[in-house]
Amino acid sequence: MTTRLKSVDVVTIGVGWTGGIVAAELTKAGYHVVGLERGENRNTDPDFEIPQIHDELAYAVRHKFMQDAAKDTYTFRNDVEQTALPIRYLSGFLPGTGLGGAGVHWNGQTWRFLPWDFETRSATVKRYGEEKLNGATSQDWGITYEELEPSFDKFDYAAGIAGKAGNIKGTIQPGGNAFEGPRSREYPNPPMKTSYAGLLFREAAKKLGYHPFPQPSANVTRPYTNPDGAKFGACVYCGYCERFGCEMFAKSSPQLAVIPVAMKTGNYELRTGCNVTKINLDSTGKRAVSVTYVDGLGREFEQPAEMIFLTSFILNNVRLLLVSGVGKPYDPASGEGVIGRNYTYQMNTGGTYFFNNKAFNSFMGAGAMGVAVDDFNGDNFDHRDVDFVGGAYLLVGSTGARPIQYHPVPPGTPSWGAEWKKQVVKYYDRAIGINASGGVQAYRGNYLDLDPTYRDAYGLPLLRITFDWGPNELNQSKFMAEILKKIGKAINADIVAVAPRTGHYNSTIYQSTHNIGGAIMGSDPENSAVNKYLQSWDVHNVFVLGASAFPQNSAYNPTAMLCALAYWNVDNVIKNYVKHPGPLV
Amino acid sequence: MDELSRNDFLKLAGIAGTATAVGEGAPALLRPDAADAAPVKALLLQPQAFTYLTQPEQAFVEAAIDRLIPKDASSPSAKDAGVAYYIDQQLAGAWGTGARQYRQGPWQQGTPEQGYQLNMVPQQLYRIGIAQTNAHCRKTYGKTFDALSSVHQDEILHGLEGGKIALAEVPAKAFFDTLLGNTVEGFFADPLYGGNRNKAGWKAIGFPGVAAAYTGVIERHNIPYRVKPVGIADVEQGMDPDPDRAENDEHRRRVAMMHGNTRREG
Repeated sequence: MTTRLKSVDVVTIGVGWTGGIVAAELTKAGYHVVGLERGENRNTDPDFEIPQIHDELAYAVRHKFMQDAAKDTYTFRNDVEQTALPIRYLSGFLPGTGLGGAGVHWNGQTWRFLPWDFETRSATVKRYGEEKLNGATSQDWGITYEELEPSFDKFDYAAGIAGKAGNIKGTIQPGGNAFEGPRSREYPNPPMKTSYAGLLFREAAKKLGYHPFPQPSANVTRPYTNPDGAKFGACVYCGYCERFGCEMFAKSSPQLAVIPVAMKTGNYELRTGCNVTKINLDSTGKRAVSVTYVDGLGREFEQPAEMIFLTSFILNNVRLLLVSGVGKPYDPASGEGVIGRNYTYQMNTGGTYFFNNKAFNSFMGAGAMGVAVDDFNGDNFDHRDVDFVGGAYLLVGSTGARPIQYHPVPPGTPSWGAEWKKQVVKYYDRAIGINASGGVQAYRGNYLDLDPTYRDAYGLPLLRITFDWGPNELNQSKFMAEILKKIGKAINADIVAVAPRTGHYNSTIYQSTHNIGGAIMGSDPENSAVNKYLQSWDVHNVFVLGASAFPQNSAYNPTAMLCALAYWNVDNVIKNYVKHPGPLV
Repeated sequence: MDELSRNDFLKLAGIAGTATAVGEGAPALLRPDAADAAPVKALLLQPQAFTYLTQPEQAFVEAAIDRLIPKDASSPSAKDAGVAYYIDQQLAGAWGTGARQYRQGPWQQGTPEQGYQLNMVPQQLYRIGIAQTNAHCRKTYGKTFDALSSVHQDEILHGLEGGKIALAEVPAKAFFDTLLGNTVEGFFADPLYGGNRNKAGWKAIGFPGVAAAYTGVIERHNIPYRVKPVGIADVEQGMDPDPDRAENDEHRRRVAMMHGNTRREG
């Protein structure tokens, strides 16, 4: 039996960064918002308290904050000829669950996408010709960096981002990233300290003529109060960010930056342990009337709402659209349809550098502490002589060296035994890593749909992921590997271990949780699921937020991008939608 | 508070004695014996015992992990660091019984890129893997694995790892990779899980453990920071219950006062 509840103004499906931003902005504007979160309620005090939070086994290895594959996972295959099989242990990527979502256990690497990223297709075709895309179905976003700048700025200040501006209103700033799009003002907080690894990389990069700068960070560098009065502490460089919560109130998260703002208004109602199974449409199919969800006691509810925001992890956003019949499913055979189209990911190419006589104290650090180089990103360099589009940013990230997962050994070392142990002991604190975080272009055969066989704990079909690397990614990796080798010489490492990625995408090896696309934004309902305001082309009171909206992936980490889009979306909803509900485009 | 140091962490956590040993103004290179000398109270002793592994399985695991991470000048072996108990506890608990594993059928073998597809939880992987490896050893050498010479033990382990030995009811490599993965986990995980006894794994590599706050020292470049490692149990148990309580409450009070308590009611 389904209990029908009293109607509310707004429902968000999921309460992480995007759900939190929507809640804060709409409750401040006087609307009644219900946040439905499938996982548990959790907060700094007491859930991220020391000493328990510094438990590598529980959080980093056994994934305490992550989606439980026993209840819900995905099926995977490299191409349409294969039978997709369930990912029985989530390991290649780790969707979060619970209040704050991945915004609790992220590293805090906070990048604004390049102006070029928003016009990947048109800028590439214009400068190099169509063939440079290597068959990619990558698209323009239907929005420009310039339009979004105020929303990026809003996020930077709401989240207390630490960094050094490289371009303020068109004037290049020494010490920042000269390649970034113009920003309206400096970061709210100064950049993080520099590790020894970062220092060596900075010197080597300068020697090679590159332009190093401190990575923008959501690990807040001093006590900070955001414009809404939310308070943050200062990072202590404990080295437990990625996969952990922060005990210091210092890693910006929805719990710190936006959810308390919504709570303070009295207009916000958070319901945890509530898993949404469907968005219900009216008889025309053009308007959503409610969502159906199941709570922890197994009771089913129907929650009517005027506006419905999909604010869960991208894969779960796309699945809910498919099971609810919102938008036409994508068909790779015809190339038609939009839901599931342009699924992309992140291409990481890594180098490890071993030194016989240095001490890095690698266990010290913070998730977004690092020195970066953007010379090989986007269209920041001439692509005439390379066989790929886009690029990568290079980073020495000093994120901490928790020893179960971090104990690098030189190539050729056995995987166990006396020699392995000797090398682990020797190099645990004498090695650094440099990563080339690269973009991924979209292709016709990489997409998301519903699996015909496997189901989750609620009886819903699992989402099926069909994905493999394309020519742009493999060629990019080869190119970046050469750069990483060059840096090895400049940095005077004793042993350099660099290998480009080859072969098929492997779902078992952790590479990134930057799953992207499947409900992409654009200017044409034929090839995008949502318009430039993140509004469904088909059902005007459904808004689909998050990285599902990116038409392809930039080299950068997605959080700042998807948070800026959330501010952009909700500002336009308040300004233009609520008085005259209907299509915004 | 923005200069909270490891020293402060220990103070906040209640290990006051250690705090004096590594106080502000201490030399950058902190010798391990400096912290050793501090009057940290003895931990509560917890008995260790096997709960899942049978006696022949215990013998197998202890023998195998003694080869995977052997004793050397830097530390005891995985076996002597209690890693067999770690593995036993993991097998007996949530992980061993299939937590976080999608267990619905149908089952079929996929590509390497699709990963683990067995209709088996870790308990079964170990039970079958050990029994069949021992059967292989008896057939080849007339003895179970634990009774072989270390040379023959290494040969068997290489055989499982590299695919030279095939087991009838379990993929040998899946069994070996799980055993090796668990051994490394147990050697480096917090000692509260039964392995890394006396923080042997952490001491071998110079990992300071969970008392981590480095604002004041992170820019002391290329100067090794080496301290006596601190585990979760040290913080929770290593002091009188009452002062401990008071110190922790004090910590919470200070943090809440500074940053605003974000805990929401209801």
